[in-house]
Amino acid sequence: MSLSGMRGLSMFISDVRNCQNKEQERLRVDKELGNIRTKFKNEKNLSPYEKKKYVWKMLYIYMLGYDVDFGHMEAISLISAPKYPEKQVGYIVTSSLLNENHDFLRMVINTVRNDIIGRNETFQCLALTMVGNIGGREFAESLAPDVQRLLISSSCRPLVRKKAGLCLLRLYRKNADVVNIDGWSDRMAQLLDERDLGVLTSVMSLFIALVSNNTEAYWNCLPKCVKILERLARNQDVPQEYTYYGIPSPWLQVKTMRALQYFPTIEDPNTRRSLFEVLQRILMGTDVVKNVNKNNASHAVLFEALALVMHLDAEKEMMSQCVALLGKFISVREPNIRYLGLENMTRMLLVADVQDIIKRHQAQIITSLKDPDISIRRRALDLLYAMCDITNAKDIVEELLQYLSTADFAMREELALKAAILAEKFAPDLSWYVDVNLQLIDKAGDFVSDDIWYRVVQFVTNNEDLQPYAAAKARDYLDKPALHETMVKVSAYILGEYSHLLARRPGCSPKEIFAIINDKLSTVSPPTVAILLSTYAKILMHTQPPDSELQEQVWAIFRKYESYIDVEIQQRAVEYFALSRKGAALVDILAEMPKFPERQSALLKKAEDTEVDSAEQSAIKLRSQQQMSNALVVTDQHPPSASVPVSQPGPVKVPSQNLEGSSPDQGMPKVNGTVDKIDTQPIPSADLLGDLLGPLAIEGPPGTTPSEEQNPISGYEAAPNSADALALSTLTEESDAVQPIGNVADRFHALCLKDSGVLYEDPYIQIGLKAEWRAHHGRLVLFLGNKNTSPLVSVRALILPPAHLKMELSMVPETIPPRAQVQCPLEVVNLRASRDVAVLDFSYKFGTIAVNIKLRLPAVLNKFLQPISVSAEEFFPQWKSLSGPPLKLQEVVKGVKPMPIPELANLFTNLQLAVTPGLDTNPNNLVASTTFFSDSTKAMLCLIRIETDPSDRTQLRLTIASGDPALTFELKELIKEYMISVPTASPVPTPSPAPLQPQLLPVADPNDPGAMLAGLL
Amino acid sequence: MGIRFVLLVNKQGQTRLAQYYEYLTLDERRALEGEIVRKCLARTEHQCSFVEHRNYKVVYRRYASLFFLVGVDNDENELAILEFIHLLVETMDRHFGNVCELDIMFHLEKAHFMLEEMVMNGCIVETNKQNILTPIQLMDKTS
Repeated sequence: MSLSGMRGLSMFISDVRNCQNKEQERLRVDKELGNIRTKFKNEKNLSPYEKKKYVWKMLYIYMLGYDVDFGHMEAISLISAPKYPEKQVGYIVTSSLLNENHDFLRMVINTVRNDIIGRNETFQCLALTMVGNIGGREFAESLAPDVQRLLISSSCRPLVRKKAGLCLLRLYRKNADVVNIDGWSDRMAQLLDERDLGVLTSVMSLFIALVSNNTEAYWNCLPKCVKILERLARNQDVPQEYTYYGIPSPWLQVKTMRALQYFPTIEDPNTRRSLFEVLQRILMGTDVVKNVNKNNASHAVLFEALALVMHLDAEKEMMSQCVALLGKFISVREPNIRYLGLENMTRMLLVADVQDIIKRHQAQIITSLKDPDISIRRRALDLLYAMCDITNAKDIVEELLQYLSTADFAMREELALKAAILAEKFAPDLSWYVDVNLQLIDKAGDFVSDDIWYRVVQFVTNNEDLQPYAAAKARDYLDKPALHETMVKVSAYILGEYSHLLARRPGCSPKEIFAIINDKLSTVSPPTVAILLSTYAKILMHTQPPDSELQEQVWAIFRKYESYIDVEIQQRAVEYFALSRKGAALVDILAEMPKFPERQSALLKKAEDTEVDSAEQSAIKLRSQQQMSNALVVTDQHPPSASVPVSQPGPVKVPSQNLEGSSPDQGMPKVNGTVDKIDTQPIPSADLLGDLLGPLAIEGPPGTTPSEEQNPISGYEAAPNSADALALSTLTEESDAVQPIGNVADRFHALCLKDSGVLYEDPYIQIGLKAEWRAHHGRLVLFLGNKNTSPLVSVRALILPPAHLKMELSMVPETIPPRAQVQCPLEVVNLRASRDVAVLDFSYKFGTIAVNIKLRLPAVLNKFLQPISVSAEEFFPQWKSLSGPPLKLQEVVKGVKPMPIPELANLFTNLQLAVTPGLDTNPNNLVASTTFFSDSTKAMLCLIRIETDPSDRTQLRLTIASGDPALTFELKELIKEYMISVPTASPVPTPSPAPLQPQLLPVADPNDPGAMLAGLL
Repeated sequence: MGIRFVLLVNKQGQTRLAQYYEYLTLDERRALEGEIVRKCLARTEHQCSFVEHRNYKVVYRRYASLFFLVGVDNDENELAILEFIHLLVETMDRHFGNVCELDIMFHLEKAHFMLEEMVMNGCIVETNKQNILTPIQLMDKTS
């Protein structure tokens, strides 16, 4: 085979192939794009051959994933070329590059129409294909009648008619109102008499679309479909070229049976008999053969036949045949067949009453739940969920619970939700229900949504018999060493309400209950602290006569939290303190929660899968929806959260002196805050890294692998040449003893733009970080993971906050046990705008090695931004009212890393600046807005405008406006830092950027007065 | 039921052919290709040929260094698609003779023409190899 007819294209493809890395490839592609652009500028001098060549290059470049934002006109213009090769390229490339709404398409409608109604068959085919792939409304309006005529024309050859069939399908699907299909039932019946299998294959797709919208109108076509199926199944009059491994077009067989599934039943006895004969043949006559392709093809037909039998709800005899077949399939080794067996069993449960037969296979299905293949596990889970009822709920739910501890992260959430729903739907008794849910929270706390524990509370509150049992269970869980925070919440809530029911049991006196709950106080986040405070108040209330010692303990805690930075907690502490001094009145005020009004489960609603928007509503789904409609539950949006008495956040403002007073030592470093208990979690698996970051990894969007999330930067690429990496990395005393793994600076920069990841790692310890930001508050959690089998000792953590941040590190234990992970929450309050950076001075000893590291913490300016979209009516008055310095600053920034506008917009989005397209009519400009939060400014709107110069991408004009001079300045500097590619004073340029984000980040310049370390050094 | 896209990707994750039957922006394509290629490449031959991704399925098949990935709606007949991939490969084979990755790479346009004859608007339109190859042979003759 010679190389492609186009030498230039082959050369280019070969060049790209020889590129050593992505960067080289980008350079080569950019060069080519420049070349094509120049050529297209002098279009007149181009021969059709050259045009064709360049257009193919464009398509190739586009396929590689590069933006090709020019040359569309040249591609489209080829459609009008007189010769076949150019025209063909024009049509194909146009339908690959453009979408149906592209303006340019309008210009060729006439040419396309001329090709369609013309006499050249090959031109007709090309035009029909393009319209069939991307034809939009205007095409439908001007072409539909022509296309219909071609489809039914007797003078047209099959090759044109099959294209016309699918072209019409597109026009009909997209614009059913434009395409006139009155009287088409007769025409369809005629079309289904067609002998040519290519035309039939096309027409059958069109028929499926029509019949799925209106079954009634197409009854007359039903016998025709059966005839086609008979013809294929009996291999009558099927040309050799349409036979695939001895099977007459399996694809057409599948399509035909799919079409038949849209008819609710078959009334005519003759048609019915014929169809069932065919189906019976398929069901009985499909054997397993050696040839894989033949096997697959015959089973494709078989599975479709199964679906059709299920749908027609045939005589029980055939249905049990189906179940038997499926039962066989789910136990074979061949994974494809097993997968499909499980999938079809699930479908079968939706349409037929076969629960009892399928239950016989329960053990087999549970085996598949442990298959190494996640596709199969998912199918098994779905099937178990579908086949669960009151008789087997206990077994199935217990299997799911057991599997939960080993299941992969990708499935845990779904698994937990399904187990919770089944437990609720089919609980044989209520104590079992409580057991299951507490186990769920215990085993998979991170994957259990709040809905689940709210629901537990609701159940317990509404069932008096259950209360002592639940309280005892909750008490037991609190004895466990490492407890998920959700478990702390639910246990504390239940014990607050009902622990007095346990009072006579050993270890359950109010004082003991209080002590064991209070153990957790220092380890939990503010929402849980709020719940614990309520629990304490409730315990006090239940303790009659009052125990003065307990009272003192609880009051001490209330007083401590009276000046806490979180408003909600502060308010609770103040109020409970006041209330608990009211004596007997307390019993009325804090009485037990009344029963909740009966509600339907919010969980069920959640379980509804996001519906698939397939072109046609599938027959099975339609049916099952009709059957299930009364099982679906509509709930209001609010989860039954009345369980937590929450005061309305919002109008309550914290007096600022109060905040000041809360921690007089704000600016001072904090060492090892009080620790009552170390939250150690034994790490069983050898894969420490994975386990350490387990909770972080799932934060990523579904589908990204955890490993990528954790290590966004390849360590080897950047390590040696970042100036500030050296300034900050480890190394004090024994400088060559411990080297960090990965680049510390890069890790910091990556965390500036996202909220979870690894902050630091060396051979002994890994410090992970997870942050949440709300207005001017932030909560960081440091995950200190000991990677070794011996403990890390003399662990010390000092926070060196810059003047504009208040930071409070809650607890760092002296020792981190072997292979344990310790979580240290760190509260942050932003007082005003500044780019200074907080530093964590961290040290530990491992054997004789002492390590001291200073790490910048990513509590940076952009974390206190919240993107906000502003309309033109709001933007312009603001923009005008903030006139001139110091509120509005403008600067021409030079030496900018050249970025196309979308990339710039992307950078803005990452920085929490909301880009508002359309506000600035010039496409080279970018306008964005955001809200900045700090204690001094409260919420403050910031407006940003960037004007780029298309002829010189290395410079741009930046204008920032806000109501605070410091904020305007700091934000301007921040954005500048991100746009300038190479720091001015750095002797070594950053390594060549790989395609991913992090390299965009500038390396902070240590000599810059605004440099992040100023506060420290 | 319908085909959403056909992708040919080699073991290194380089795209060799991409045809979408619903419009996706370049960013969406990049993301999708990255995600599903990573998922599929990580699988062993003992696992099934179907991968569930977001709200659709990918049916895939491997030939030497090249993966053929077809994105389909959830209710599509998976085995029919699996064999459709093989039909595509056999058609290419008939045209190129012992087709390999390089043939497809350097004859991108022909690979496109074949696919275009076989799938239109996400529906299988032709499965007769001779009919599929006729336009290409016509073109070879004229050029």
